[in-house]
Amino acid sequence: MNRELYKPLIFEFSRSGRRGFSLPSNGLEDHKRELPEVLCRQTEALLPEVDEPTVVRHYTNQSTNNFGVDTGFYPLGSCTMKYNPKINEEMAASAVIAGLHPSQPVSTTQGALRIYHTLARYLSEIGGMSEFTLNPYAGAHGELTGLMVIHAYHDSRGDTARDKVIVPDSAHGTNPASAAVAGYKILEVKSLPDGTVDVADLRSKLDDTVAAVMMTNPNTVGMFEKNIPEIAAMVHEAGALLYYDGANLNPMLGVARPGDMGFDVMHINLHKTFSTPHGGGGPGAGPVGVRSGLEEFLPSPRVMMDPDGRFYVDSPGTSLGFVSGWIGNFTVLIRALSYILSLGTDGLMKVGPLATLNANYVMNALSDLYLLPVPGPCKHEFVFDGLRDKSTGVTTFNIAKRLLDYGFHAPTIYFPLLFHESLMIEPTETESVETLDRFIATMRDIAREAAETPEVVRNAPHNTPVRHPDDTEAALHPVVTFMDLKKEES
Amino acid sequence: MSWHQYLPHTPEDIAAMLERCGVSSVEDLYADVPEELRISGRYELPEGISEKEIRDFFAEAEAECRDLTCFAGAGVYHHYVPAVIPSLLSRSEYLTAYTPYQPEISQGTLQYIFEYQTMMASLTGLEVSNASMYDGTTATAEAMLMAVAASRKRNRVLISATVNPSVRRVVATYARYHKVRLEVIPATDGGVTDRTALSAMLADGDVAGVIVATPNYYGIVEDYTGLAEEIHAAKSLMIVNCNPSVLAVVRTPGEWGADIAAGDAQSLGMPMNYGGPYLGFLCSTKALMRKMPGRIVGATTDDAGQRVFVLTLQAREQHIRREKATSNICSNQGLMALYATIYLSVMGNAGLRKINDTGNAGAHYLCRQLESTGRMVQAFPDGVFVNEFAMKAVDINLDALMEKCVECGILPGVRISEDMLLIAVTEMQTKAQMDKLVEIVRNLENPENHACHEPRTI
Repeated sequence: MNRELYKPLIFEFSRSGRRGFSLPSNGLEDHKRELPEVLCRQTEALLPEVDEPTVVRHYTNQSTNNFGVDTGFYPLGSCTMKYNPKINEEMAASAVIAGLHPSQPVSTTQGALRIYHTLARYLSEIGGMSEFTLNPYAGAHGELTGLMVIHAYHDSRGDTARDKVIVPDSAHGTNPASAAVAGYKILEVKSLPDGTVDVADLRSKLDDTVAAVMMTNPNTVGMFEKNIPEIAAMVHEAGALLYYDGANLNPMLGVARPGDMGFDVMHINLHKTFSTPHGGGGPGAGPVGVRSGLEEFLPSPRVMMDPDGRFYVDSPGTSLGFVSGWIGNFTVLIRALSYILSLGTDGLMKVGPLATLNANYVMNALSDLYLLPVPGPCKHEFVFDGLRDKSTGVTTFNIAKRLLDYGFHAPTIYFPLLFHESLMIEPTETESVETLDRFIATMRDIAREAAETPEVVRNAPHNTPVRHPDDTEAALHPVVTFMDLKKEES
Repeated sequence: MSWHQYLPHTPEDIAAMLERCGVSSVEDLYADVPEELRISGRYELPEGISEKEIRDFFAEAEAECRDLTCFAGAGVYHHYVPAVIPSLLSRSEYLTAYTPYQPEISQGTLQYIFEYQTMMASLTGLEVSNASMYDGTTATAEAMLMAVAASRKRNRVLISATVNPSVRRVVATYARYHKVRLEVIPATDGGVTDRTALSAMLADGDVAGVIVATPNYYGIVEDYTGLAEEIHAAKSLMIVNCNPSVLAVVRTPGEWGADIAAGDAQSLGMPMNYGGPYLGFLCSTKALMRKMPGRIVGATTDDAGQRVFVLTLQAREQHIRREKATSNICSNQGLMALYATIYLSVMGNAGLRKINDTGNAGAHYLCRQLESTGRMVQAFPDGVFVNEFAMKAVDINLDALMEKCVECGILPGVRISEDMLLIAVTEMQTKAQMDKLVEIVRNLENPENHACHEPRTI
C-alpha cells in the first residue's frame, strides 16, 4: 500500500462543490422560517467537502494503521483484551432497538427492558450481589457511581463525618480519581513485598472518618488478596463499606464471587470480562452491583419487574440520583448478554481458570529472563520488573516497542507503580497455546537481542508505519486541531 | 475437543500447559483462594446456547418492542444514518482496538480523533475539543467541574431552568457529591432564561460558572447578547450545553463568547438505541485546555519527519495524576467519535444545512397545522425555534392523545408537563406522517371521565 497517498487528513481531500450526502426531503421547503441574524451562525464550520468514495477509502486506509484484537495478540495488562464475538455485533446492530427513543412508553419497550433486567440478574449471580444497575457508561463511571451509592448510604444513616476513601498504592489511577470526584479525600495504604495489601497499615488507617476501602482482587500484580475475609471484617467493624473494582474480575469467573468475599459494592467492566469491544476507547459499560440492603441507593432510573412479569422504570427518592441520560449504553448491554447466553454456566465456569492457566504458562516460560518481583502462581495477569539482566540498558519501554516490530501489541508498561520497570502481561483465555508459544519465543528473542545487539531493541520499533513520535514537542506546543496545524505551517 | 468456540484449549493443550507450569491441576493455581470463598457448585445461570438460539432470543425481545414514527426529541433525535457509517465502523481494526497508547500502531484511531477534535471545535466555535466523553449529561457535569477547578476557590455554579432536565439532574448528582453549590436560574413565561434573575444571582458572588443551552430544552434559540460580558465581568465562566447538528445554522457558543461548550452529539445521525451509546463532547478555549478532562490528541512529527498523532497533555489525567487529575475519566467514547467524524465528513456544511432546513420547514408546518386544530397552541409563541417546539394542550387530553397516537404507531413527542408536549421534526418524518398526527389531534374524542386540562402558564 502506498501510505503517502492515503495519509492526508480528511480536510486535505476537500474540494469545493463535492458532496457525500443523500438526504430525503419532506416537500415543505416553503414553510421554512429564517432565523433573525443575531441568532444565526456567523462563520461556516471547518468541515470537508468530499464524495462518498473518498470518505470510504480514507477511513478504510486509516483503519489499516491500527492494531486490534482481531489483528493479533493484545496482552495489555488490566484491559482484558479477549476475543469480541461476532454474534454480539450482529445482535447489537438490531434495527428495532436502533429506532427506540428513551421516552417511549414502557409498554412499547418491554423487550428492551427484559434484556436489561435479564443481564442485571445474571451479573448479580456472577458477582454474588443483590442487584445491579447497568446505567454507568464505563469502568471509571461505575467506580464513581459505586462511591455515590456508598455516600448516599452513609448520608441516610446521618453518618456524615466520613470524608475519606482508602485505596492501595497498587490501585488503578481511576480509584483515587473517582473518589476525589465523589468528594472524598484519599488515603493510600501500602503493599507488602508480595504485592498484597499491608493489613496492619490498613488497620491503622481505619476509623469513623473512612467511608470506603477500594480493592481490586486479584490486585494489579495479579495476586489474590487472601486476607480479604479479615480485611472485610475490619472495614465493616469500622463502619465503612468495601468496594470491589471489577477491572480484574475475569480470573474469578467460575472460582469466587466478590459478594462472598465480603464486598458491599462492585462494578464490572463489560468491555473486559464480558467481551464487548473496546472500540478504540469506548463505548464500554460499568454496571454497579450492591449487596442486599443497599439497593435503594442505586441510581435512577431503576428497571424493575412487577408481579405480573411486566417491566417498568422507577426513580425512588432514596436513590443517589441520576448519573446518565437514560439506562446506559444499551447496545453494549446487548453484547454482554449475548456473550453470557453463548457461554452459559459451563462456559463461564471455564473462563477464569483458563485465563489464569494462560497467564501462568507465559510467566513460567519467561521468568528465567525477565525479573519477576512477586513470585508464585499469578491469576489472569502478572508483572515483570523489566529484564533480569540490568546491564544491557534496555528498558521496559524498549521491549514494548520491539514487540510491535514482531506483530504483537505491547503489554501495559510502567503500571503498577510499585516497580520501576513494570511490564504487565494479561493473555486472556481466548488465546491458543500456539499464540502464547510464539509470544514467548519473541520475548526470549528480545531478551537475547538485548544482550547481543542492545541498540536494535533500544531503537525499536523499526517496522511500524510511524517511528518515535516526538511526545515532548506535542506537549510543549499543542497542535490539537487542523486549524492549529495550518497556523503552524503558514 | 475444546468446550466452546471462543475457548481454544483442548484437554491435551491443558495437560501439556499444566505440566510446563509444574502443577497437576488448574485448581493448584488457585491454592491462595480460601476454600470458604470458592463457588461451591455452579452459577445458577442457563446452559449455553447456539448462535441460532441467540438470534431467536433477541428476536423474541425485539417482538416485544414497537417502532414508532418518532416526533420525540428532548435531546435524542431520529436522524438519517448514512450507509457508509455502519460499514466503516464495523472494521475490526477500529472496533477491537483499545485506547491508542502505542501511537506506532494506532495512527488510525489517533488521526480520526484529531479530525474529530477539529470538527467539534469548529462546530462549537471554540479552539479545543477533547477526544470525547460518555454522553451529553456527563459531559455537561464535567464542564461544571472544570469551571470549579479553573476558578480555584469558587464552588457555586448556576444552571438555567431552560437546560434539559435530563442534563440538569446528572449535573445535580455530580454537584451534590462534589460539594458544588448548584443553583437554578428561573425561566421566564416565554420559556427563556430569566436574565434579571441571572444578574442578581451573579451579583451574589462566588460563581465559578453559568450553564445555559442552545437551542434550549423547549427548542428555543435564546438570544445571549451581552451574557458572556456579564459573566466574565463576574470572573466566571460561560458554559453552553448545545446540539451540534443545529449549530450548523445557529449562533455558536464561541460566537456568543462562551468558554466551554458541552453536550451530546447523538444528533449527528446516531441511532437512538434506547439511550445509548451516544457521544458526549467538550470544547473550550485554549486558555482552559490544561483544565480539560479526558484524552486529547495532538500532532507532532516522528523520526522520519512524518506528521503523526499522539495522546498529549497527559499530565492532566488519572493514570498520571491520580486523585489530583482533572477528572476520573479514563478513556473516551472512541467508536462514537469515529461515527461523528465520518458523519460530518459525509454531510459537510451543505448536508447539515439541508438537514436543518428540512427539519425547520417540517417543524413550522406541523406547528401551524396543530394550531389550526384549535386544540393546541404553541407554548412559547415568541420563541424562535429551528426544529423543535413545545405545544400546550387547550382542548385535548394529553393522556388520551398519547395513547391514541401509540395505538396508531406514532410517538407524538415528549410529555414535558401536565399540559405540554415537546415535538421535534427532522428530515425523517414525511408530510403524510405529520398530517396523520394532525388528524389524530383534530379528531380525538376527549374521554368523558377526564376533564380537559385548563391552559396554564409555567
